[in-house]
Amino acid sequence: MLILTCPNCGVVADETDLHGGGEAHITRFGADASEGDFESYLFHKKNPRGVHFERWRHVYGCGKWFHAARDTVTLEVFGTYSAQTLTPPKALQNKIKKKRPDWEGFKK
Amino acid sequence: MKRYSAFAIAREAARYHSGWERAWRSPEPKKSYDVVIVGAGGHGLATAYYLGKNHGITNVAIIEKGWLGGGNTGRNTTIIRSNYLQDESAAIYEKARSLYENLSQELNYNVMFSPRGVMMLAQTEHEIRGYKRTEHANRLQGIETRFIGPKEVKKLVPIIELNGPRYPVLGALWQPRGGTARHDAVAWGYARACSDMGMDIIQQTEVTGIKQARGKVTGVETTRGVIACKKLGMVVAGHSGVLADMAGFRLPIESVSLQALVSEPIKPCMDVVVMANTVHGYMSQSDKGEMVIGGGADGFNNYSQRGSFHHLEETVRALIETFPIVSRLKMLRHWGGIVDMTGDRSPIISKTPLGNTFINCGWGTGGFKSIPGSGWAMAEMMATGEPGDLAAGFGLDRFREGRFIDESVAAGVAH
Ligand SMILES: Cc1cc2nc3c(=O)[nH]c(=O)nc-3n(C[C@H](O)[C@H](O)[C@H](O)COP(=O)(O)OP(=O)(O)OC[C@H]3O[C@@H](n4cnc5c(N)ncnc54)[C@H](O)[C@@H]3O)c2cc1C
Ligand SMILES: [Zn+2]
Repeated sequence: MLILTCPNCGVVADETDLHGGGEAHITRFGADASEGDFESYLFHKKNPRGVHFERWRHVYGCGKWFHAARDTVTLEVFGTYSAQTLTPPKALQNKIKKKRPDWEGFKK
Repeated sequence: MKRYSAFAIAREAARYHSGWERAWRSPEPKKSYDVVIVGAGGHGLATAYYLGKNHGITNVAIIEKGWLGGGNTGRNTTIIRSNYLQDESAAIYEKARSLYENLSQELNYNVMFSPRGVMMLAQTEHEIRGYKRTEHANRLQGIETRFIGPKEVKKLVPIIELNGPRYPVLGALWQPRGGTARHDAVAWGYARACSDMGMDIIQQTEVTGIKQARGKVTGVETTRGVIACKKLGMVVAGHSGVLADMAGFRLPIESVSLQALVSEPIKPCMDVVVMANTVHGYMSQSDKGEMVIGGGADGFNNYSQRGSFHHLEETVRALIETFPIVSRLKMLRHWGGIVDMTGDRSPIISKTPLGNTFINCGWGTGGFKSIPGSGWAMAEMMATGEPGDLAAGFGLDRFREGRFIDESVAAGVAH
């Protein structure tokens, strides 16, 4: 069971209280975008084997969205943070880098 | 290759079974091949087999990081059916199903294909409408399916509870020629036939990089050195994104864990496959007597071949309300596989941005049933350079063009 701490209300929530929203920090493209940009916005997710930044929603709790950093192989949770940001917090990135020296770093 | 036969069993019985040969060779990799296939799951092995059988291409290596059939092919619940809604899907799944019918004879290997019938329960009005629509579509596609009422359901599956606590059984979509096969044997049978044609199956060897020059692939880097090739096929299911990343392109794929479990063996009690999609559980009985049970997929990216526990609870709950007699069964094993999910829940059999590289993936929760048809179509594309009729609809370009093969709307669930 995946357990994440909701940074909005502070509740330590089980996976069954949450809903995954897929990759975080993606650039959104609208109707006037090129076909390629729109395609990759909709479908070309990173799907990495390792460090992943994702959107989650505390559906059966406060109802708000937040972000989480996880390892998709070990299922370790590095931390959760506010959804009101375009990049993961520096402190969290440093923490991950310490634990995963081979990690290539956060890329858009 | 010595053929398996009743005579061979008698011969070996008379000499203490000393004469059986290994089913496939484990050769050292050569420096170069005409075709390299990455991934010795069912789809990779079937691709190699039909390259040799249909197109005469036998200078082929199949490279596998673990053991052959150890990915999803050896982890699935082996349901085979072809009653899909969309024409493209129905065509390739029916091609596969019909190849399964004679596969044991063709490979001289018993894949235990058992066309025992697959039943998909309708437990809401919406499901009745959906399945009736599929029945009509299947009739136009030439696939035999029938919508049956609750009485016939009960007759075919005496252990079913028609009036469960949540959803009554209102009918079912019934494909009498669907069924199951032995998953390992499908991989082993193809592997043996490939090896017999002179192909090299190279196990315990991981592809770690893809060498390119002028927009084409020249070979693969592996844990046992560089292996050159003229054409490359990527057939690695849940790890497709990792391989595409090595090659420098992205795929519309997300990898999640899907779980299954089996019970202790019991006496024969159910001789069809039953899928209950509204409550979300499905079950069949293996020839050993175990109840083979499929569960749900995780809602997040996962490469761990483990899934979340609450899915097991949900699955078991669904089965107890559908088949009350299973309530005191002990479960023996449970496991997960990394499935490759696309946005429209349909597979990808496609050319790639690299001219001589082809990809087959995205079978997600339901690609065991398609192994022979998929290998057939992939081999045709790799041999000729262009997708044939079976593969044409499944190109990567459909995501750019919005030309989806929308099976998720049709079924909404696994398999
Ligand atoms: C629990 C579960 C139940 C299922 N139930 C059904 C069902 O009832 N009916 C049905 O039709 N389908 C079912 N499926 C889906 C089905 O199992 C898959 O779609 C199918 O087996 C995929 O076959 P494959 O050959 O593409 O992949 P795999 O069998 O996973 O083979 C891919 C291979 O590639 C190898 N590989 C990966 N990366 C590398 C690398 N870098 N170098 C070398 N090798 C590599 C892997 O080790 C693996 O052996 C189920 C799946 C699961 C997990
Ligand atoms: Zn919250």
